Amino acid sequence: MEHAISLLFRSIFVDNMIFAFFLGMCSYLAVSKTVKTSLGLGLAVTFVLTVTVPVNYLLQTKVLGPDCLVPGVDLSYLSFILFIAVIAGMVQLVEMTVEKYSPSLYAALGIFLPLIAVNCAIMGASLFMQQRILLEPTNSQAITSIWDAVVYGFGSGIGWTLAIVAMGAIREKMQYSDVPRPLQGLGIVFITVGLMAMAMMCFSGLNI
Amino acid sequence: MALFSKQNKEVFTNPLNLDNPILIQVLGICSALAVTSQLKPAIVMGLAVTIITAFSNVIISIIRNTIPNRIRIVVQLVVVAALVTIVSQILKAFAYDVSVQLSVYVGLIITNCILMGRLEAFAMMNKPWPSFLDGVGNGLGYAMILVIVGALREFFGRGSLMGFQILPQSFYDFGYVNNGMMTMPAMALILVGVVIWVHRAYFYKEK
Repeated sequence: MEHAISLLFRSIFVDNMIFAFFLGMCSYLAVSKTVKTSLGLGLAVTFVLTVTVPVNYLLQTKVLGPDCLVPGVDLSYLSFILFIAVIAGMVQLVEMTVEKYSPSLYAALGIFLPLIAVNCAIMGASLFMQQRILLEPTNSQAITSIWDAVVYGFGSGIGWTLAIVAMGAIREKMQYSDVPRPLQGLGIVFITVGLMAMAMMCFSGLNI
Repeated sequence: MALFSKQNKEVFTNPLNLDNPILIQVLGICSALAVTSQLKPAIVMGLAVTIITAFSNVIISIIRNTIPNRIRIVVQLVVVAALVTIVSQILKAFAYDVSVQLSVYVGLIITNCILMGRLEAFAMMNKPWPSFLDGVGNGLGYAMILVIVGALREFFGRGSLMGFQILPQSFYDFGYVNNGMMTMPAMALILVGVVIWVHRAYFYKEK
């Protein structure tokens, strides 16, 4: 239990997808113009992460890992293709479910829903999970059970949501600031994210 | 069409500067920032992306007329994932230490927006040869920024380039100190922001 709580907080604050690993940067920059769209995309990403990381965890430990299907065969070189297939399929499923049961949310998210499939944060979380399976169980970053995988996926998603909502709020305010012309738009956004990342660095070493 | 007609040359040179994937199109930022704390992984990553962009562009361009429109994203993802798997295995076999340094970011080339962006915007509509040039051009434009940021970060953060010490010991004896901040993730963002700033100040014409 302690391990799960520690994993959750570490994945939100210390191993934050945006500030520590720059994952999901493309949609982060494109969508963070207002708080409302940021929150919608953040929640969608959180949901997809919470589902795909455990599914890929099962895939990795029951099918792809060494000696799983056939003794003496290590299939983990297939992991890229299978992970991306799971993610694309899952996003499709989420899209259809949302469209059927909540058309208003579907309309609000629009093009961002299908784009989640190529969001690096989703694929990144699965690949980090693949690395963390090999860690010692005593390591606070280790993922040793499916619950850890769920917690890690959820925490990463919340961390990403936090980052994008904060950025959306800052960008809403920044519209009224006097930024030098060549720096307007992308340049200043990058520098802002850099400063936010510096602030988030104070969480490093957080241990529960 | 001649192999190096004016049009093809533009397809190749535009992404290097005026239509740079990172600076102007804002594609593929994720991996660009993460691998640039030193020069060597930055160069390897740039080359890997160039090769994968070029060949995925060619493959998709060859089969573009047979792909049903509805499932094209999945087809593109599978082609890219296969190429990335090959490159990742080659890196593991011949450059293991770099492959460990790049860790998950090799796998993340699959979700690199440059690939999907170029496949959607160019390879789906053009013949194989221009697509190849477009892929190489975009890959090199991406690699260029990686090398600039990687070189700056390694030089100021560690006083070395490609792992070789550039700044002599006498500098340190005088009290020069490496800027450890440069090796932190935050500075990558700020440096890319500054590179964009400089680039726009010189080249970007208001429309």
